[in-house]
Amino acid sequence: MKQSTKRTMSIGALSQEKIVFAITVAMFLIFAVFLNGFLGANNLLALLRSVSVLGILGLGMLIVVLGRGIDLSMVANMAISVAWTIQLVGNGMGLGPALAIGFAFALTMSLICGLLVAYAEISAIFATLAMSSFIYGFGRANLITGTDVVYLPASFGWASQIGQGRLAGIPIPILLAVILAVLVYLFLKLSKHGWNTYNIGDNATAARITGISVRPTIVLQYMLSGTAAFVAGLITATAVQSMNTRIVNSNMIYDVILIVVLGGVSLSGGRGTVRNVIVGTLLIGVLVNGMTIMDIQYTIQNVIKSIILLMAVIADSVLNPRDEQTGQQGDI
Amino acid sequence: MTLRTFTKAAACAALTLGLATAAQAQDPSDPFRGPALEALEGKWVAYLPISAGFDLAQAWGGVVKEEAERYGMKFTVQDPNWVTDAMSQGMTSLIAEHPDVIVTQNPDTQSLARLLMQANKAGIAVVQMNMQGAVQTDAYVGPDYVDMGHKIANLAVETCGEGTDTSHKISIVQGVLTGGVSYFQVQGIMEVLNEHPEIEVVSSQAADWDASKARAITETVLQQNPDLCAILDMWDGQAIGTGAAVKQAGMADKVMVITSGGGAKSTCDLIRDDTFDVVYNYDAPGMGRDAWTAIMIALQNGGGGNTKTQIFSPTYKMTKENVDAASCWDAETYAAMLR
Repeated sequence: MKQSTKRTMSIGALSQEKIVFAITVAMFLIFAVFLNGFLGANNLLALLRSVSVLGILGLGMLIVVLGRGIDLSMVANMAISVAWTIQLVGNGMGLGPALAIGFAFALTMSLICGLLVAYAEISAIFATLAMSSFIYGFGRANLITGTDVVYLPASFGWASQIGQGRLAGIPIPILLAVILAVLVYLFLKLSKHGWNTYNIGDNATAARITGISVRPTIVLQYMLSGTAAFVAGLITATAVQSMNTRIVNSNMIYDVILIVVLGGVSLSGGRGTVRNVIVGTLLIGVLVNGMTIMDIQYTIQNVIKSIILLMAVIADSVLNPRDEQTGQQGDI
Repeated sequence: MTLRTFTKAAACAALTLGLATAAQAQDPSDPFRGPALEALEGKWVAYLPISAGFDLAQAWGGVVKEEAERYGMKFTVQDPNWVTDAMSQGMTSLIAEHPDVIVTQNPDTQSLARLLMQANKAGIAVVQMNMQGAVQTDAYVGPDYVDMGHKIANLAVETCGEGTDTSHKISIVQGVLTGGVSYFQVQGIMEVLNEHPEIEVVSSQAADWDASKARAITETVLQQNPDLCAILDMWDGQAIGTGAAVKQAGMADKVMVITSGGGAKSTCDLIRDDTFDVVYNYDAPGMGRDAWTAIMIALQNGGGGNTKTQIFSPTYKMTKENVDAASCWDAETYAAMLR
């Protein structure tokens, strides 16, 4: 398995990951030379922290995509589970129980996603799209019945440090993103389920024949992505002292897919590592930070972002053309 | 005429007048109340904001619903949940169903313009809330956003302009670029700033009404301009991210955060904890009352765009000094009224 990963990575002189990394470095150097204050330690920390939530969601998405799935319900799951947690605390529940209930909600929802994909054998893209609508609809109809923005009460206590605090000068969101990146790396590299994730993504039928318990592993992947969603939600909410459930209507989920794909993770499963997600996240971080310093309008920022994405994808398909060896059935 | 006959006539007149007054006292009917009530009773008010899930729409809808039901009217609400497509579909089907009044809120200046014109042509009274579209209908209800832009900019000039010991640097956080609330406020702000070249706008970016985006933009702007004097944000729901960035950078004392909003309790709390310095409050329940006034005017004058009125809702400046005296309302109360 590891062999095949290595092989596809080295086809052509440059993989997409390397291309994107090269673009990132080039951007970084250009900004460092031409933009005053870009290189300041505080600006670099701000850059990293602004993409830490995206990076964490990307790690969850990575695990699912490696197993040849996709989780479109992440943002809905993050918004509703955390908004409900905050509302429970606001209504007088203790912080611990509220966090536990919110987390349990996120896990339950992602468990259902996993069951739909693994056992009901519904295509991941439809199952999670439907679950996204379900989670949001259910949440707004039954849990967050008031205003769609839930404000953080003062009783949120130490937990508000998750998004606001610093440890040794480094914002906690960055530390959490790094810790999660290491954990996901270790999970994929060392654990049996991590290995099986690659195997299932590469060839689910072969994986089943060789005795891998495919279905439970797929369910586990979705539950890990639900966990990432809950952590990312806590950071988002505590950083701006509120959880805006409207975020479900935004194109955030596409940004998550963007950083995963941009970094070179194959949507057809089985290929990609944590490093790919980090590279994709860094590119978006550097780009957005630089463009904000240059005071480029948000709409134009989106255009530039998508042009860079297209450039990376085109460069990849020119340098690494698809053929019978690299193409896979079920490529999106 | 002799003096005598004059006295007689005068007495007679006085008597008649007295009798008439007595008759009126016996049957004190207001000839205008009946027709007014008739114009309202049994009519149907359809409420279609861009979302029924946020504090402003809940306050407007809650107030209008209560008044409408008091006068024997039917009140319905649709929630397109921020989806412009769903909203124009809802508007199209409403026009077919033909309610008497549509109270709506444009997502931007253009999307609904044609439909609102159609509704007016079909004889439906249309009240536009807060976000003025490209067509004028029976009423626009909301603050005069250009003037609010003037006020906000003037405050910024007063705080950061010539003669102050500051960097004269300010930053503007816009909402959705094409949304009336943001567009007209920025227009007003720029009108003032153009006369004050000493003010330097170091950043003017759209955050799409998203607090997280506003936070990220402001954090970067503060890194680049640690001597920033003030930030103007177009809506409190978004400015919570702007204010959080300022506060977490430890610059709450140095950088003035100016924004505007409907004056919900959450906003008052954010003034108290120094996230916001100044909020121009357009009192959303008050706007609900203005909307109800607009409905009464429209229905008593034929509706369907017969009369066209700009109803500018009052605003006031809210700071830490007067926040305790302000009517900070709880969105939950109105959400419950609307349900």
